[in-house]
Amino acid sequence: MLRKLSPFHLISTFILLFVVVVTLYPFVHMLAVSLSSDVHVMRNEVSLWPKGLNFKMYEIVLGDPKIWTAYKNTLIYTVLGTVIAMVVTSMGAYSLSRPQMAFRTPLTMLIVFTMFFSGGMIPTFLVVRSLGLVDTLWGMVLPGAVSTWNLILMRTFFSGIPRELEESGRIDGLNDIGIFLRIIVPLSKASFATIALFYAVGLWNNFIFPLLYLRSQDMFPLQVLLRNLVLAGSVSSGDVTRIGGDNQIVEESLKFATIMVSTLPILIVYPFIQKYFVKGAMIGAVKG
Amino acid sequence: MAQAKSTPNMIREVNVRPERKSRMTRLWQNNKYLWLLFLPCLIYFILFRYVPMFGLIITFKDYNLFKGVWESKWVGLKYYKMFLENPDFLLLMKNTFLLGLYKLVFGFPAPIILALLLNELKNAVFKRFVQTVSYLPHFISNVIVASMAIMFLSPSGGLINNLLGVFGVGPINFMMKPEMFRGVYVLSEIWQHIGWETIIYLAALTAVDPRLYEAASIDGASRMRKLWHVTLPGISPAIVITLILNIGKVLEIGFEKVFLMQNPAIYETADIISTYVYRVGMEQGNFSYGASIDLFMGIISLVFIYGANQFSRRVSETSLW
Repeated sequence: MLRKLSPFHLISTFILLFVVVVTLYPFVHMLAVSLSSDVHVMRNEVSLWPKGLNFKMYEIVLGDPKIWTAYKNTLIYTVLGTVIAMVVTSMGAYSLSRPQMAFRTPLTMLIVFTMFFSGGMIPTFLVVRSLGLVDTLWGMVLPGAVSTWNLILMRTFFSGIPRELEESGRIDGLNDIGIFLRIIVPLSKASFATIALFYAVGLWNNFIFPLLYLRSQDMFPLQVLLRNLVLAGSVSSGDVTRIGGDNQIVEESLKFATIMVSTLPILIVYPFIQKYFVKGAMIGAVKG
Repeated sequence: MAQAKSTPNMIREVNVRPERKSRMTRLWQNNKYLWLLFLPCLIYFILFRYVPMFGLIITFKDYNLFKGVWESKWVGLKYYKMFLENPDFLLLMKNTFLLGLYKLVFGFPAPIILALLLNELKNAVFKRFVQTVSYLPHFISNVIVASMAIMFLSPSGGLINNLLGVFGVGPINFMMKPEMFRGVYVLSEIWQHIGWETIIYLAALTAVDPRLYEAASIDGASRMRKLWHVTLPGISPAIVITLILNIGKVLEIGFEKVFLMQNPAIYETADIISTYVYRVGMEQGNFSYGASIDLFMGIISLVFIYGANQFSRRVSETSLW
């Protein structure tokens, strides 16, 4: 069973292993540090495995009502945003995919144009502001309701559905809306799932909308809270003194724990939904 | 179908006007439900994409929040002049361009190399594992990636500095050194997206005809020669398309990550157009000035992608449009 191992093979396997390690190690390290006791963190002894295992940092992070509010906000923005985005995008994509749709080509061109040119941050903000969406839930979900890329992706997908299915629906007396709801949607569950996941991840990770459009603290989603805690370094000093130890080190563990708490959902579900993402990227790849 | 139906009508109706009218009605009849489905999408694009484009007239006005777009005074090219005469203008252009260029030069070939390596793997399980792992960072938010970069690079107990300490190099305050920023940024971009960007190439690789490899083997081609003469030409359309897109995006560096990673101590290299626009426009409230800078760059960017497309059309017959 000994295969001839060429040097090329060895080197490429080594490089790929390196990629795997470089990708995963940061997460393992953060988890280990956040679960270790500060004495070991201080001596830089923690790398792969927690030393002096304890959950103190997680108790502090999860004991902070701010993180729960932020979690709740992120969940609301993500769920509502994804639903709205899917409704608007799928209906738009379907109508643009029908050859009998009037003005289909110019409309598509006008939509694609927005991929290359936009009004930019400030005029968009002014529009959002004049619509009264600043500091509201709608300001988080409406300005991003359609991603041009996802719209084109879905349009490509719908164009691939055989016309005969649509004709059979028409014979049964369905109009375009009926055909879309009764025939097209049930047929396209997988691609709906794919696009919905793209939207959901985008909304979950979105930082720029809340940065631009939100003012009140209690509306902030996880990403803004994270940035304020980890990057702006406003860990309330009370937390740090409560645990004692070297402030710098404790702060590091605390930040890692915060990062882990907000990333864990993605890390856990990711392996199961990964194939949908890849499928979506493939549709995009085929069409360019 | 619509064509077939219209034939008898054309014969019957001699008068032009009613015919045209009935065509309009038929158009409406055929399309009303599709239009209804399209309506929300249309409203979205008008409100959030096209109205802001017309909102760009504020770049020729002294926009004032209380007066609104129409009441504000016309000032012509004042803000464009202001930007061109700004001593920071050249620096910002340089920073934006260099950051984009570095990202292109190092970030573009990386996924191609990874895809080729993955393609050479015989072990399907290991291949799937590497793929799954390498796609992961693409789904991690910019806030977290920026946080991780800053914390790992911290001079006091950061992972990287601890590692460097083992070799007696020591502690380097990466995020405070302007000359380090571009490297750190580009590496973090590669870390985040290298895996995900292989997908397009892996898809193209599966489309390469296996008979070409057989033929090459019969001709006695080595592995490297096969890579060069079969694999690369096979995926070159994908490479060219991605390259055009990336050249077009050289100036459109994502705002989020640069904004999150920069700090005033390294503005010298880390301040780019979009972060400057945010500071001037959103933080200081100088909307007209900020929007002017944005539009200025947007137009240059448009020229970039158009140029890249024309060039590729001429050279390789592959293009976006």
